[in-house]
Amino acid sequence: MGTNPDSAAQRSRTLEKLTPYLFISPWILGFLAFTLGPLLFSLVMSFYDWPVVGERTFIGIENYEIMLTQDPLFWDSLWVTIKFGLFFVPFNIILGLLLAVLLNQRVIGSGIFRTIFYLPSVISGVALVTIWAWIYSHEYGILNFLLGLAGIEGPNWLGDPSWSLLAIVVASLWGLGGTMLILLTGLQSIPKELYEAAKISGVPAWARLLFITIPMLSPMLLFTFITSIIAAFQQLTIALLLTGGGPLESTYFFAMYIYDNAFKHFEMGFAAANSWVMFLIILALSLFVMKSSSAWVYYEGEMKNKENADG
Amino acid sequence: MVRALTYGVLIFLSALFIMPFCWTFVTAVKSIPELYQYPPVFWPSALQWENFATAWFKQPFDIYLKNSLIVVVLSTFGQLLSSSLVAFGFARFHFKGRDAIFILLLSTMMIPWDVKMIPLYMEFNMLGWINTLKPLIVPAYFADAFFVFLLRQYIMTVPVEIDEAARMDGANSWQIYWRIHLPLMMPALVLVGTFHFMNAWNDYLGPLIYLNDQSKYTLTLGLSMFKGLHETDITSIAAITVILCIPPLILFFFAQRYIMNGAIGSSVKG
Repeated sequence: MGTNPDSAAQRSRTLEKLTPYLFISPWILGFLAFTLGPLLFSLVMSFYDWPVVGERTFIGIENYEIMLTQDPLFWDSLWVTIKFGLFFVPFNIILGLLLAVLLNQRVIGSGIFRTIFYLPSVISGVALVTIWAWIYSHEYGILNFLLGLAGIEGPNWLGDPSWSLLAIVVASLWGLGGTMLILLTGLQSIPKELYEAAKISGVPAWARLLFITIPMLSPMLLFTFITSIIAAFQQLTIALLLTGGGPLESTYFFAMYIYDNAFKHFEMGFAAANSWVMFLIILALSLFVMKSSSAWVYYEGEMKNKENADG
Repeated sequence: MVRALTYGVLIFLSALFIMPFCWTFVTAVKSIPELYQYPPVFWPSALQWENFATAWFKQPFDIYLKNSLIVVVLSTFGQLLSSSLVAFGFARFHFKGRDAIFILLLSTMMIPWDVKMIPLYMEFNMLGWINTLKPLIVPAYFADAFFVFLLRQYIMTVPVEIDEAARMDGANSWQIYWRIHLPLMMPALVLVGTFHFMNAWNDYLGPLIYLNDQSKYTLTLGLSMFKGLHETDITSIAAITVILCIPPLILFFFAQRYIMNGAIGSSVKG
């Protein structure tokens, strides 16, 4: 029998219906294989005593119990991460905003300044660490030399537990070019008429910043707020290479705690439980920030947003 | 007055931002005695260019470079292809569940990498991919949420009439993607390619976790080896750091027109 023209048409219609799914299939497959699968897998693992080699045994919530009640390193590393975040997140946003506001004025050579501020963001974390290790060096570091010129005796930045975390904060802030760029593009989309109208009615510069710039920029600030929190929790490369978590665990980040449990102590189940706690903390923080955002984020015109969404 | 203050602050801060680069370069081309002089030597009496070659041959950096290039080239190709396909699917079709799936895609950007680190290691272990370059390459062929988002925003700025005209002429969806949209989104692809190149070139944790043999190492891993092996070999560390910084800086220089154009801003705003 020849091909039935009816079924051929039907087949092409089915194909037509399938086409969009074929286009997005790479992401769907990747999501299942490299995101959802691993997440569920690690949830299962977290209820097991799961060494890399050898027998694994189901132990219920014991991993979580040990972590929360018997392992001081869990709380210590969490506290280090929170302390880091308390410095890093506000400074990352405030300095990023400061640079963006400065560059948004009509300055000569703003392109060059923009490039300079963004440069550290394009280099590798390993390169960044080696650069800063040498700057911070107690004996030969240029930082302490410069401080010495100003009559200040610099501390042993990476060797003194009361300064080491701050040293990591500063090295991390060197890469705030990405935040600056996002805020700068946000600033450039604020209508100029708002500022002109305010200027004419005699509103001073600081009030324009407070009552026009910040509210108009608040969706972008929300975005950078959440990404900075996630960045703080993911802090691993710099601490791993710059201080190795020391001295005296003063820079022992939560991400490092997970890393060590998995790849040094080979307790995969325990490490999986660690990472789920981290995931839940970040999720809770993000949701809290988003929920509270309705009080401080200003979305200009629902209609405009809808238009964008429908494309 | 305000102007002068603005320039003052900008110049001061840009000096702070650029100083570490300059200091690393100066360190790389110093001679050993000058390296440990105090007060520090700000400009060496003779530039020791051979320091770069010396550092390069202290470890098999030829092999590391080859591995880095394999990872970067293959994964960038995969990222461009897969992300643009997926972006086209989301931008140009109406299908059941599209918006829900898109929100799911966006929310995956919020999942920290650390959370997937352990199960992914186990997964690649089961696949027999540990100590191969595959874990660093293959995932790039399955599209990245951020890049999909960026490219989708870009495709949506292209009038639908162009697609319709092509369809009238008998083109199917694949041809419209390949012949019309891929060339049109070239600026956005440059942006995605640049970002992905930098991520892959700079990646340290991936190679650290997945690679064991020195013959499989990438450049960043090789650089970090200096810290353990030659604790005091600052010159080599600085020299390799300088070399490692050059490709991203060159790429950034050529692509900055696209990066600065506000492509990031428009995408984040959604």
